[in-house]
Amino acid sequence: MAKLFSKPEALADQPTHYCPGCTHGVIHRLVAEVIDELGIRGRTVGIAPVGCAVLAYNYFTFDFQEAAHGRAPAMATGIKRVRPDLIVFTYQGDGDLASIGMGEIVHAANRGEKFTTIFVNNAIYGMTGGQMAPTTMPGQRTTTSPFGRDTEESGMPVRIAELLASLATPGYISRQTVIKPKYIKKAKQAIKRAFTYQMEGKCFSLVEVVSTCPTNWGLTPVEAVKWAEENMLPYYRLGDFKTPENN
Amino acid sequence: MGKVLMKGNEAIAEAAIRAGCLNYFAYPITPQSEVAEYLSRRMPEVGGVFLQGESEVAVSYMIFGAAAAGARVFTTSSSPGISLMSEGISYIIGAQCPAVFVNIMRGGPGLGGILPSQADYNQATKGIGHGDGRLLVLAPASVQEAVEMVMTAFPLAEKYRNPVMVLGDGLIGQMMEPVEFPDHLKTEPSNKDDWATTGMDNRKSNKRNLVRSLYLDPVQLNENNLILKRKYEQMKKEEVRFEAYHTDSRYKLLIVSYGTMSRVCKTAIDMLAEEGIEVGLIRPLTVFPFPEEAVFEAAAREGCKAVLSVEMSMGQMIEDIERSVRGACPVHWYGKCGGEVPTPEEVIEAVKQLI
Ligand SMILES: Cc1ncc(C[n+]2csc(CCOP(=O)(O)OP(=O)(O)O)c2C)c(N)n1
Ligand code: SF4
Repeated sequence: MAKLFSKPEALADQPTHYCPGCTHGVIHRLVAEVIDELGIRGRTVGIAPVGCAVLAYNYFTFDFQEAAHGRAPAMATGIKRVRPDLIVFTYQGDGDLASIGMGEIVHAANRGEKFTTIFVNNAIYGMTGGQMAPTTMPGQRTTTSPFGRDTEESGMPVRIAELLASLATPGYISRQTVIKPKYIKKAKQAIKRAFTYQMEGKCFSLVEVVSTCPTNWGLTPVEAVKWAEENMLPYYRLGDFKTPENN
Repeated sequence: MGKVLMKGNEAIAEAAIRAGCLNYFAYPITPQSEVAEYLSRRMPEVGGVFLQGESEVAVSYMIFGAAAAGARVFTTSSSPGISLMSEGISYIIGAQCPAVFVNIMRGGPGLGGILPSQADYNQATKGIGHGDGRLLVLAPASVQEAVEMVMTAFPLAEKYRNPVMVLGDGLIGQMMEPVEFPDHLKTEPSNKDDWATTGMDNRKSNKRNLVRSLYLDPVQLNENNLILKRKYEQMKKEEVRFEAYHTDSRYKLLIVSYGTMSRVCKTAIDMLAEEGIEVGLIRPLTVFPFPEEAVFEAAAREGCKAVLSVEMSMGQMIEDIERSVRGACPVHWYGKCGGEVPTPEEVIEAVKQLI
């Protein structure tokens, strides 16, 4: 009998610590599948963030480093500069990348560092219990915006893909989502494209993935998908914002 | 190669290359920017990596990433920059990676000044970053010694898988002195196969490597801290370096001083000797580990009535000296901390007030 479904070699045979309905697990799987398909597991180094994915290295089967909060792009820069033959990716949440690590990601992208970033945007700080992130939606209640995000006080949510696409340096910048099966194929294509550009030594590549955090949104997994679709997707538009070809 | 006249910062840069370190990341700051300027020209010549990072915070993580991927790597900075790097240094210590940090100290606190200082003594020897980590800290007193210390810093960092700091005051970076470079370091970078993220295909074993400082299990975290503690105990046994000057005399007073300041003290000691006043000197070459036994023995010597710490800080080294002297005699302080280097006459004056 033909095997129709199997675990990617790059993914560890381990139950994860992620909550039910959390999209981190799906994104891990897509990354692992892409790494298998490109045959790069033996020369890949992942960098885990500080956030819910801090233990991501437990779920992959290749070399990993663990960064400080927001600093993964600087670590990836260090690795790539001294070992350009390695395939390097950072896996970062929105507090990690868009708040404390904003400087590191912008400068790495602007230098055109040849690594890949998987940016998980769930509009909240997951790990620390649901505080407001720079990506939190206007009016969204969090533990530090109990009356809803007030844009007079906190500004509008940061759109990382658009922001990085505005840099003059060539790069591959895409925003995708995995909240429903119909989006997943495209998300995987974008991740594969991002890694491929890196393998070709072309440019910096980042895929933002619009995600859910049912636990800290206070919703069931099903409600969370609906909330993301209705609130996040109109603001965080999907698609490629920049490719090295159309820079 | 014979002696060449070189500015300290440039000599430090060249010394790293001769130590086989072809990877440098940095952010400009006075009084050490010449290191980056020199290496921006020199690294391309030797096929090395030069990168100006966007901040010292980022630089410390570029160093971490590169070191964790098995490369010999270093950076240079000055006091405010080292404060920013201390976050990354803490992670590097926790993850047990080798790297070299050079601090060409200027005055503080805050923006302080740009003139020479030794005010980062406590930061370097006791308080770098959060957590239970320490650095091995070498303190040069001349350009020649800075070169030698930079070249020994790399094998030491690799021996202990712990960052090593070369702690120089601004003068070490800025002054021109004749230097003779030792031969290129022969030691190959140590074998990193069992821990560095060099890519599984590039190693014999197909076990994956993980570089991290997070241990959520308290037993494991305690274990990691015990590993670090054992390393620091081993440093105390094996790495203490110091110089004793004029200690074969019947000195009544012992000076403890390091770096540029110790050279001024030597001049003062020579001048005092001509007046018939004998003073001894212990100069730590490693400030962590501190030469405790040497200071104790010299202070407890018959006839020695007092110890004087002479530093370009407000007496930060005194705690280490008092701990070493163990009450054998009183410990005093003399120094300046605004960027002026005390003159031999001023040191002589301070000595005379005590005897
Ligand atoms: C320097 C520092 N500041 C703060 C923290 C605490 N902290 C840990 S995770 C986190 C937020 C993570 O949120 P995000 O990046 O959105 O990832 P998620 O957990 O949602 O996946 C914070 C603030 C820390 N570990 N280090
Ligand atoms: S807290 Fe949120 S982001 Fe973290 S695992 Fe749970 S659902 Fe996922």
